[in-house]
Amino acid sequence: MGDPLFIHGVDLAVFVIAVVKVVVAFVVLLVSVMLMIWFERKVISDMQNRIGPNRAGPFGILQTLADGIKLFFKEDLMPTNADRVVFKLAPYLALLPALLIFTIVPVGGVVTIAHHTVELQVADPAIGILFLLALSSVAVYGTMLAGWSSGSKYPLLGAVRASAQMISYEAAMGLSIVAVVLESHSLSTRTIVDLQASSVLHWNVFRTGVIPFLIFVVAVTAELQRPPFDLSEGEQELVGGFHTEYSSLRFALFFLAEFMNTITMSAIIVTLFLGGPDGPGFHFLRWLWPILWFAGKTVVFLYGYVWVRASLPRMRYDQLMDIGWKLLIPLSLAWLLIIAAIEQSRLWGVAILVACVPIYFLLQRSRQVSRRRAEMQAVETERARSRKDPRSVLFDSLLADEPAGGEH
Amino acid sequence: MTVSAAWYLTLAAAMFSIGAIGLLVRRNVLVMFMCVELMLNAANLTFVTFARELNDVGGQAVVFFVLVVAAAEVVVGLGIIVAIYRRRLGATADDIHVLKG
Amino acid sequence: MHLFLASATLPDTITFAIAAAICIVGSLGVVVSTHPVHSALMLVMTLFGVAVLFVEENAQFLAAVQVIVYAGAIVVLFLFVIMLLGVDRAESIAADPLRGQRLTALLLGLLVLAEVVLLGRGRWPTGAHSTAGALNQGTKPNVNVLGTSIFTTFLLPFEITSALLVIAIVGAVVLARRPRRPVGGASSPIPSAKGLTGPPEAEGDDTDRGPLQMGVEDLEDSDGLEAGRPGVPATHGQEGSKS
Repeated sequence: MGDPLFIHGVDLAVFVIAVVKVVVAFVVLLVSVMLMIWFERKVISDMQNRIGPNRAGPFGILQTLADGIKLFFKEDLMPTNADRVVFKLAPYLALLPALLIFTIVPVGGVVTIAHHTVELQVADPAIGILFLLALSSVAVYGTMLAGWSSGSKYPLLGAVRASAQMISYEAAMGLSIVAVVLESHSLSTRTIVDLQASSVLHWNVFRTGVIPFLIFVVAVTAELQRPPFDLSEGEQELVGGFHTEYSSLRFALFFLAEFMNTITMSAIIVTLFLGGPDGPGFHFLRWLWPILWFAGKTVVFLYGYVWVRASLPRMRYDQLMDIGWKLLIPLSLAWLLIIAAIEQSRLWGVAILVACVPIYFLLQRSRQVSRRRAEMQAVETERARSRKDPRSVLFDSLLADEPAGGEH
Repeated sequence: MTVSAAWYLTLAAAMFSIGAIGLLVRRNVLVMFMCVELMLNAANLTFVTFARELNDVGGQAVVFFVLVVAAAEVVVGLGIIVAIYRRRLGATADDIHVLKG
Repeated sequence: MHLFLASATLPDTITFAIAAAICIVGSLGVVVSTHPVHSALMLVMTLFGVAVLFVEENAQFLAAVQVIVYAGAIVVLFLFVIMLLGVDRAESIAADPLRGQRLTALLLGLLVLAEVVLLGRGRWPTGAHSTAGALNQGTKPNVNVLGTSIFTTFLLPFEITSALLVIAIVGAVVLARRPRRPVGGASSPIPSAKGLTGPPEAEGDDTDRGPLQMGVEDLEDSDGLEAGRPGVPATHGQEGSKS
């Protein structure tokens, strides 16, 4: 229970180790963001039969650094309508959760430094998973405030889209995490990882029955605003989305936050469902293998995200909301009930499973009825409209609820 | 050993008073609502402090319920505010005088 | 007073001092900010301060829930309402609209402060025993202790809160729904209209309105709102006279 580093009190060595862990994690995260951006551009180029960045450094690996320097020296614009304080604050609010969530990720096993047992993660709080949920729910602030404080309409619309999306998918994400917590009986990430060790079949993907894993991956992709869920920056509609008005270093911070979030969340997926640093090791350099396994698994997910970005088209907004509310949340709730029942006894599990079937059909039926009603309403509206002057139709749709008083 | 309970209680009292003053002074309905949240938080802090002081988990359980009730309250309250705004009654509490009998 | 002088370690004292300062500054900010969005941000700051204090007092679970529920849901809801309703403009709080209100409020507030501090000085034992169980149970983590308590001692209230939440959701949906607007005279549909307009499936934009459509309209709304202020606009005499 708790971090073994602090069991014997805090002396200078413990303090130094803690500080070093923080610094190392920070540097590793920054460097991996740099590599991630390069990786994404290279892989996408490959998939599109292009070469991609190849000038700065070997294979163009320093391209991100060059871009960063360029952004650093660009003019920092501040829109006239902007709310100055919030406009400056928002990029940092976007970056912070990404940095902080990484602190609870166990990147390796346990090593002994100067007679102190050190877990290879920045912190191991007893409420680790709640910490993750808290921070991912705070992540919405950066986006929302950036869009609002820009003082123009496209960023505001992008921000509203993004934050509605993040809040919607938070529920499904939380429910699929609860399945993991039910299996592990612990909120500490270290305990969750330890319980998955020793065999691939003990990984939470299999122990929770794959579905929470799939739900979690989809929900996280939506949380991250990665394609195909990147409606908040749909170029055709919203220019650049919530960060349209940002330039220079502040824009760089948003960019950094986006990729850092991708890395952190991939690491969280690996931690929660794929055993974290678990994997076969060898006798020499015993501490290194878990780290390599962890990094390898994370890179697989990162590659997956790039792949998805290169191949899938963006979703429509109502499809996005339908998937979140009508598919993922009911499914994760039902699966959670089944897992909890099986935890009690097999019999209960079967009972809940059977009970879920009529509920599913009931839901299906209600969706059918509501869809039919919507269609009928659409026909009715269309008929009413077509009787009017066609030129006034566009105007009416803009001023949709203005004439409400005059009509009746 | 953490700071003594009296400090926490004083802090909670100060937060509660600030919230109460805000509720009385401000006219924007949303800000008034936020001041209510401040007062609820001050009360929560008191509950948690007494839970520690008396070594009784009941205080923390009550805070849990306060959080749930606060969420429900905000949902309904903001719904009411949105409904009022839709009637174009304006931004401040003074504009809602239509509700008078 | 002996309560104030109890021994506390240096890190604890520093943590408390910083968190308390954040709480006080934040709550003052909520009251003083002219802009509702700034007020909301100050509220978030206060909530984080309180969460830190919760951790200090061995209420880790509540600290996390405080951030998830308050900062992650409630204040976000506030911001949504502020942004979508278009009330995001500064309010002049320099003028006192009701003479003497500020002073009275300040006096009342100070009275409340004095009262609470005075009451807090004494000890008021009732002699009743705790029914909820002890907070510190050896090495058992806070989450387990609280969870056991909520699901045993407080099971009935817990179940009732679920009903409360459902009621709140239904209430909010009913309140926030727009009444269906009749488009033109709904009577006598023209038979040829259907052929002209194509399949109805493609024309779903008026019925499933996602937040995007809502956003555009509400932005237009807000402009009208700003123009139509202050006071009750004359166009709504109809609704006003009904009551």
